[in-house]
Amino acid sequence: MVAGLIAGFARLMSGAVATWHVQPHSDRVRIYFANHSSHADFATIWAALPADVRARTRPVAAADYWQRSRLRRYLAAEVFRAVLIDRAGGGPAATEQMAAALRAGHSLIIFPEGTRGDGRVIAPFRSGLYHLAVAVPEAELIPVRLVNLNRVLPKGEAIPVPVIARLTFGAPIGLEEGESKESLLARAHAAVVALDERAKADRDMS
Amino acid sequence: MSNLSDPVFQQLLGGIFAALALGTIAGQLLKRRARSEDARATVANMNQRIKAWWVMCAIFAVAVLTGGIGSIILFALLSFLALREFITLVDSGRGDHRALLIAFFLALPAQYVLVAIGWYGLFSILIPVYAFLLIPGVLAVVGETENFLQRTATIQWGLAICVYAISHAPALLFLDIPGYDGREALLLFYLVLVVQLSDVLQYIFGKLFGRHKIAPRVSPNKTWEGFVGGVACATAIGTALWWATPFDPLEAAMMSLLIALVGFLGGLVMAAIKRDRGVKDYGALIPGHGGVLDRIDSLTFAAPVFFHVTRFFFQ
Repeated sequence: MVAGLIAGFARLMSGAVATWHVQPHSDRVRIYFANHSSHADFATIWAALPADVRARTRPVAAADYWQRSRLRRYLAAEVFRAVLIDRAGGGPAATEQMAAALRAGHSLIIFPEGTRGDGRVIAPFRSGLYHLAVAVPEAELIPVRLVNLNRVLPKGEAIPVPVIARLTFGAPIGLEEGESKESLLARAHAAVVALDERAKADRDMS
Repeated sequence: MSNLSDPVFQQLLGGIFAALALGTIAGQLLKRRARSEDARATVANMNQRIKAWWVMCAIFAVAVLTGGIGSIILFALLSFLALREFITLVDSGRGDHRALLIAFFLALPAQYVLVAIGWYGLFSILIPVYAFLLIPGVLAVVGETENFLQRTATIQWGLAICVYAISHAPALLFLDIPGYDGREALLLFYLVLVVQLSDVLQYIFGKLFGRHKIAPRVSPNKTWEGFVGGVACATAIGTALWWATPFDPLEAAMMSLLIALVGFLGGLVMAAIKRDRGVKDYGALIPGHGGVLDRIDSLTFAAPVFFHVTRFFFQ
């Protein structure tokens, strides 16, 4: 109920138009990985998912941020059911936490840049995505590209401006046999970058 | 306050829905006739537009029939959607965020509150004076100086077109025209009817007879044949409806001609902005038509001119 309302509000404010290059439903768990420029990012992705998929999808977020107030704790635990990662704790523990959620049948939303950018340049991806792909090979890696979210709610602002956002869900990229960390991260990064070119081409042609 | 019992309203609504029914039937006949791929695409788009017209007419009719407040809420919502499409299309950055918050959440609601309470004096200067000065003021306080003038002008222009200009349509409701008591909602109806008819008729005449393009770089669909036929026809219909207005037939002719001509300029200007930004439509909210701003581009120009001419000569 609360989740449905929040999802509706997020869709209204971001006006988000979602494009899917992959079926929204899948038998396999998924790792949605996206570029990050706004606090509104994960709510936008989460709100764009069909309700039944959304119910099985959890965002990965920083524990220190989401445990700072009662409201945040409530939202993180009860509404978004976030997988809260201790940023100071280091990689292996975090990977194990995320892998456990995937093995329990939950899909994840992650932002492999690790921090919010300015919306123009996508920073190199951190290695967590690779370790997770190795730990849970059955998970599908779905690139997601967010456009205009940095204009809806830029870093340091509290009230969103209702600029229309776009998000594109791309085709899955798989971890190849014996693929190196650098190679997978580069391909994942390129996949997210490429989705904007496609969104742009669609717009110009229509 | 209900306009449903007004026989003039009943006749206008009856006429509009009869015309839509005719259009729907014609569309279905054309669908069977269309042979080539091109013709089929044109007819499909036309039928999509007609379908959207049913929805838009129904929403507009309900808004006007509920009296003043329904129309004001509808136009406030249109302003919001239009401003959102406009701002999405331009390049706004982090330094613009606070100014945009003021545009969306202060200037826009305030303008429509002024329409609702009928405070003409402040209504007419809120955006041209106060928002005009406040927007660059806020941008300067935030402190981003890159492209300062361009960013200021863009936000001001968006507010002027999407909020200030459009708000003149529901503002017709607070005009006080002698001998036309309480029926000002009909004027709003008349304005929107003539503007939209002019658009539709220009489209139809252009499709049927269009040869010579008016401004090919701005809008490939606007032709002299479409313009002359559409404006003449819309003026003729606007004249024929003089009995629903406070105008005599000659005045109604001049008013509807004015609405059609200014509306045409509006459509052309808004198309030029789209070309500059490299898009075909402002949005995708209305199937077949594009965004809200694509549908009301002519109205943004026609509304303030019609409002002031009516106010000057008839109040």
